[in-house]
Parts: sequence; C-alpha cells; structure tokens
Amino acid sequence: MNTHNRPFVRTEHLPQSPPPVSTSGIIGWVRENLFSSPLNAVLTISSIYFLYLVIPPFVQWAFIDAAWSGSSNKDCAGYGGACWAVVTARFGQFVYGFYPEAERWRPNLVLVLFAINLLPILWDRVPGRTVAALFLVTGFPLVALFFIHGGLGLEVVPTPKWGGFMLNLIMAAVAIIYSLPLGILLALGRRSEFPIISRFCVLFIEFWRGVPLITVLVMASFILPFFMPDGFNFNELLRALVGLTLFSSAYMAEVVRGGLQALPKGQTEAARAIGLTYWQSIRLIIMPQALKITIPAIVNTFIGLFKDTSLVIVIGLFDLLQVAKSSVTDTNWLGLEHETYIFVALVFFVACFAMSLYSLYLERKLDTDHRD
Amino acid sequence: MSESIREKQFKDTLGLSGEPVIQISGMNKWFGQFHVLRDIDLTVCRGERIVICGPSGSGKSTLIRCINRLEEHQQGTIVVDDIELTDDLKQIDNVRREVGMVFQHFNLFPHLTILENCTLAPIWVRKTPKAEAEEIAMEYLTRVKIPEQADKYPGQLSGGQQQRVAIARSLCMRPKIMLFDEPTSALDPEMIKEVLDVMVDLADTGMTMLVVTHEMGFARQVAHQVIFMDDGQIVEQNEPEPFFNNPQSDRTKFFLSQIL
Repeated sequence: MNTHNRPFVRTEHLPQSPPPVSTSGIIGWVRENLFSSPLNAVLTISSIYFLYLVIPPFVQWAFIDAAWSGSSNKDCAGYGGACWAVVTARFGQFVYGFYPEAERWRPNLVLVLFAINLLPILWDRVPGRTVAALFLVTGFPLVALFFIHGGLGLEVVPTPKWGGFMLNLIMAAVAIIYSLPLGILLALGRRSEFPIISRFCVLFIEFWRGVPLITVLVMASFILPFFMPDGFNFNELLRALVGLTLFSSAYMAEVVRGGLQALPKGQTEAARAIGLTYWQSIRLIIMPQALKITIPAIVNTFIGLFKDTSLVIVIGLFDLLQVAKSSVTDTNWLGLEHETYIFVALVFFVACFAMSLYSLYLERKLDTDHRD
Repeated sequence: MSESIREKQFKDTLGLSGEPVIQISGMNKWFGQFHVLRDIDLTVCRGERIVICGPSGSGKSTLIRCINRLEEHQQGTIVVDDIELTDDLKQIDNVRREVGMVFQHFNLFPHLTILENCTLAPIWVRKTPKAEAEEIAMEYLTRVKIPEQADKYPGQLSGGQQQRVAIARSLCMRPKIMLFDEPTSALDPEMIKEVLDVMVDLADTGMTMLVVTHEMGFARQVAHQVIFMDDGQIVEQNEPEPFFNNPQSDRTKFFLSQIL
C-alpha cells in the first residue's frame, strides 16, 4: 500500500472558502490585536486602567467644571475647572494680534481667497490646476498683500500690527508655497551634469541646512540691517519670511532628491527614448512620481515648518505663541498657563493634523502601484 | 571594401531598398577605462531586421543604446536617418522621435494608465491632438492584442502584457526604426511567446528592427542578419541559416553550443 509514488491528478476545482470565524470579525480583531498573548492581555488591561485614571478627571476639569467666559481670572474663581475665559476673552488677539478690529474682514477675505485658489491645486475635480498654481506664487501674494497691508484707499495696517495665528498662517503659507518649487529646482540642480550648477546647489543646501533656524531669524532681523546701505532696508517680516523660505527650501531639496533617487533609471531613459525633452520628462514623468513617493516626507517638512513659525518669537514678532506668552503675564489672567498653552497646542495640532490627513488622502488617491 | 560589396549584393538579393537608415563607422566607446565597444562598423538599411546576440557584457545592449544616444560614443560616427549624433541636443531629440525603443524591464510609466502611456509622446512631442492620439493608441493596443486594458495601470498587468504595451507605446510615435533591448529576458516562460508573436507581426509590416535577444528561434524566423558580439566587437555577421548551421569563428561556435 505505497501511496507515495501514485501519480496525482486533480479532477475537481476547489472553490474559495471563507476564513474561520475566529480570525475575522470583531471577536477575531479583539483577540488578535488586544489579547494575542498573556503579556498583551496584561498590557491591554493596564492601559485601560491608566486611561480610566486620566481621562475622566481631565474631562471633568476641561469641560464639566470649566468656566467659558469672563473678563478676568476672578470670574473663574468659583468653578474649580479650567478657565477658558482667558481664551474666549482674548480670542481676537490670539487670532489677529494687534490687527485693528474694524479691518479684520480683510485677512478673513484673504483666507477665503486663499482657499479658493488652493481648491484646484488640492482637489483634482476642480479644473485649472496649473493656472491656479502659477497664480498662487505670482498674483495671489500681491492680492493678499494689498488686502492685509492696505494702501490704494484701504487703511494701511503696518506689519508690526500683524500677529496671532494669522501671522503663523501667513508665514507658513509663504514659506510652503515658495519652498516647494525652490526645493525642486535645487534638487534638480544638485543632480545637474553641469558642475557649476550642482556645486552651487550643494553649497546652498548645505549652508541653510547647517544653521539653526533661530540663527537665521536673528541674522535676518538684527545682523543683516547692519550690512545694508542706509535707506535701503526692507521690512522685518519680509526678512523673516525670506529666511524661513530659504531655510525650508534646503530641507525640501533634500526630500525631493530622495524621491528622485528612488526612481529607477529606466523611467528617465524611457522618457528620453520616446522623444520627450529634458524638461518634459521632468514634468510629466519624473516629478509626478518623485513627489508622489515623497508626499509623507514633504508633508513632514511642511508640518515642521508650520510649527517653526512660532520661533519668530525670538525676533519679537507677535505670533500666536507670543500672544500666549504675554497673556499669561497679564495681571488679569495670572496663573492660567495650562489653559493658554493647551489652547495654543490645540490650534497647532488641528492645523498640522489637517495637513497630515490631506497627505493620507493624497497618498491613497495617487496610489497606482497595485503592488499589494 | 570587398566586405561592403558583399553586403550590398546581399541586400540586393533581399529586395531591400538598399537605402541605409543607420550607419555606424569606426565607433568606439569606453566606460571609464573599460573599452566597451571597439571599432564598430554597421550599416542597417530600411526594412532590415538584425538580431544581435552574444554573452553578457559583450556590449550588445550598449551598441543599440548608442543608436538613440542613451549612451554617448567617444569615437567614430553614428548617422541615424541622415542625422549625425553629436552633442547637439536638438538633433538627438529629432533622432529619438524616429527611433522607438523597448527595454528589458518595460519601463512603462506607473503613474499613467496604459492609454496615457501610449498617448503621452504623440501629444507632447508630435503635438498630435488628444483625440487623434487616443485613436492611434487604441489602434496599436489592438495590434498588440490588449485594447481592453487601456484604462488600467501598468502595475495591474502581467509582464508579458506590460511588454506588449511598451511596444505599442513606441509604435504610437510611428518610428522608422525599432530597437529591442532583450525584450523577453525579464519575462516568465509562459509570456515570452506572446511578446515574440507581436514582434513577428511587427516584422511582417516591414519595420526596421534591431533586436538584442537570445531567442534564436525568433532570429531564424525574422532576421535578415544575425550579429554575434563578444568583448565589445562584432565577431561574426551573417544571414541566419549560415550563421546557425555553419558558424565561422570558434567563439561563435562555442556560444551557440551553449545556448542551443
């Protein structure tokens, strides 16, 4: 009865069958993810206990016992919870700094225009991406400057009055909008066949990457004016913006270069072999793929940049963090560091998390690899 | 001199127009210190089909990559379609639009659909209107027998299908010359035949083809001439029958004994 040497021929086709219940559904998920081993079970239970210890008291403090309005910390005295009145009472300053109240519609309008301009770029169902992107780096900054700064009939609001989260948004937007194209050019330049171009790009990138941002800001703000000829001095905010943009473009260049290097050489060869010119192959073949694989890294840099805008505190610009800092030393609102900084953290978190969500959406949408 | 007369007679017997589309003479190329192509002389006439074989590292891929300037040669001349390949980028672009190339690893553009892969160059290089480019693309996709895959992405196709798309993509530019760089070497055995069938069909249309391959059955079937390269040199060049049945050089004999 030797069955091993018998020839085998399958005569019937086996249909697909569902996986066993214990590995699918909620029970399967819980078992696999939370209780897959004794150690994991202990960790799960202790984590739940820890959350039980932390969350209810926080909810009690932040929401149930909190005071939501008032004009000084005395109004919060009877509550025992958080004193959010500091935020609600000074909300305008947190958002706009010293921007005159009557003119705040102007930055609001710019924000709306910005969103409209961004729509075709971020959402592919709206046509006109290229035109919108070109306008964003050329025309839009002028429109924004006109409305926020004023002139030509609008009341002039000089830049020292700009502040709060608006200032963070302005700086982040400018730096992001200009550092990406600049970074792409630097990355291409660094890989250029022409030694002069590549050396220049390497030098530029390494310089800006090698200095701390605070140094850059301080240099732009205090040291640069010394070297400028008299009467030739440009706006402090503009100097900070230029520093921030050049700084982040160096990071962006390295991120993009990483993407370029990850592409197989065959892509360039195929693009050139079918007759595309260098710039066509960059635009149609290389960049779409390089940028796609670097989305997480690019957004990572953007998020870092966004939070770095709060470093302008060292040159005395009145951004959100500076508003927070001055408000906790306000005699009316003494002792409210928790509430103030939780609010600031929350604002930054929401903005950064939104960018992060968008990048996830973009990654899913652009996934044409189908390698799974 | 007698060699070129012999070649001329040979081409007359083939009924080829005798009009050369590729003329390579005294061509040398180095990778750093390494002399990868040595004194290459080769004339290809319109409609001629040439198979190039040889051991790996013999320079056969480099040779055809010089024809569309994916590699630069350092000595000698290469004239393609009456344009000499020099540092003049404009001329190189002009040559590339007349010369199609199919790669070992397909090199489709993964972020574009099959149809977009095929219409990209006609639209951007030839300035063909989009609708017309799509019509041409569908025509060639039908010819390589995968029109139904037009809206998929390369990653969703098998290797054989991808290579057929790559052939269609090149043909959409309506090239005068097609270069094939080991088009079946990266394919599973089951898929080699479907690609070779497409190439045989293409040969039947009278396309000028230079094919680097080890598929000797294909060489016998469609080649006018077979070239054996070793060590950066053309060692033997002949019609398929005498090449396979009566190879002259020992090196060729040894190579054929290894692969047949």
